[in-house]
Amino acid sequence: MIRFDRVGKTYLGGTTAVHDFSFTIDSHESVVLVGTSGSGKTTLMRMVNRMVEPSSGQVLIDGTDVATMDPVKLRRRIGYVMQAAGLLPHRTVLDNVATVPVLNGKPKREARARAADLLEMVGLGRDLGERYPSQLSGGQQQRVGVARALAADPNILLMDEPFGAVDPIVRAELQKELLRLQSDLGKTILFVTHDIDEAFLLGDEVVILRPGGVIAQSGTPAEILAAPADNFVESFVGSREGRRALHVEEKDGERIVLDGAGRVAGVLR
Amino acid sequence: MSWVLANLDLLASRLGAHLLQSLPPILLAFVLAVPIAKLASARGWLRSSVTTTAGLLYAIPSLPLFIVLPIILGTSIRSPLNIVVALTIYGLALMIPTAAEALRAVRGATLDSATAQGFTPWARFWQVELPLAGPALVAGLRVVAVSTVSLVTVGGVLGVPNLGLLFIDGFQRGITAEILSGILLTAALALLLDALIVLAGRLLLPWSRPARTAKVRTAPRAGQQTAQTAHQAAQQTGEAR
Repeated sequence: MIRFDRVGKTYLGGTTAVHDFSFTIDSHESVVLVGTSGSGKTTLMRMVNRMVEPSSGQVLIDGTDVATMDPVKLRRRIGYVMQAAGLLPHRTVLDNVATVPVLNGKPKREARARAADLLEMVGLGRDLGERYPSQLSGGQQQRVGVARALAADPNILLMDEPFGAVDPIVRAELQKELLRLQSDLGKTILFVTHDIDEAFLLGDEVVILRPGGVIAQSGTPAEILAAPADNFVESFVGSREGRRALHVEEKDGERIVLDGAGRVAGVLR
Repeated sequence: MSWVLANLDLLASRLGAHLLQSLPPILLAFVLAVPIAKLASARGWLRSSVTTTAGLLYAIPSLPLFIVLPIILGTSIRSPLNIVVALTIYGLALMIPTAAEALRAVRGATLDSATAQGFTPWARFWQVELPLAGPALVAGLRVVAVSTVSLVTVGGVLGVPNLGLLFIDGFQRGITAEILSGILLTAALALLLDALIVLAGRLLLPWSRPARTAKVRTAPRAGQQTAQTAHQAAQQTGEAR
């Protein structure tokens, strides 16, 4: 369980990234923070592994304030995936995946053997292990990033816009893969994105942020779509423009689903 | 030619002395410049003032420096130590700005990612930041090596025995073969050290030339070849020519 307890962050120059944020993420749940740039979503995520120290309030993992933990040890037991994977370009794929176990003192050979298993788990061939990250496609790099985050078998995964840099088709594949992994592994996931569709797809619960880390609305995707809290949420999720207000029309014996603007969204079966 | 054959021992000893006077400044410049650049890069204003100051050291005229140093150091004017100190200063002048830039060019996102994986600051520097700055550091070191080997000859003007003394002596005594030997051996030594640095760089930083590894390791399979490896393959063919 991760609990944000009235956290705030004001940077040295006086800009306030997060005002006063409280939220609880239950174990084995995936929560997506979604907001535009300046919403403080990455800042909030980085408070969990102490990449950012809150100026006020606390972040607690299973009841323990992270400020009391050794940051290096804390980070080694939290998986972290970032945009463009953040792989170490001078290490092979296998060594990248084995990073945290090796840092924890596991023998290299053992860590590499496990890394090869993880590559398979995220849908990559073992033969990719000897390559360098620059020799992989963007989608493959992102999968390696996920494998690396899972290598030390952490309970918590932090994912900072991990699929932002790949094309839509690959992104859809990666999202599907993450859902599959999550149903097998049941990690506690905190996911950050600016893409509301991605948030609705991946989040058990979604937190929509206004600028300054203020919660506009939180809840399951269905709850948010059913009752958007205000105009901000409505326009963010796209129900204002009628993108979410679907209706059915009969055409050639098929029931076609159209959105508010009359654009085709699908076929009702 | 007969002069060369008759004086092989002299040439060998001058060459050896030249090498011994060149290596310490090259190594010292490298070993000192990296921590100085790292410390300076902690603050933006500090980095620019340190690199500018370092760059200015190169403007010190070499001959006067060789004469002033013995007074400061208390050494004799023909002591090789003067050369080592003077050339370390010139080496630092070249190497500090290069090292600062090399460290600055390491992507912040990669360093953030390393921190997030749980590297300690110390491990992150040695295992991530330094290797990633490696190719640029090697490029800087090559310039320092070649420049040092050629500057060592200035010491010859003052009578310090090295390859520089061969052409001074050759001029004074009118032995063309001696002059030419000095010049050719200096150039050869510079090229040799340069080649060794390139080789060491390739061995230590195998990832920095993905084109070659791509060829060996990613036997292109139909449909699997990404645009990137295709591009690398194209570079590879270019290199082969």
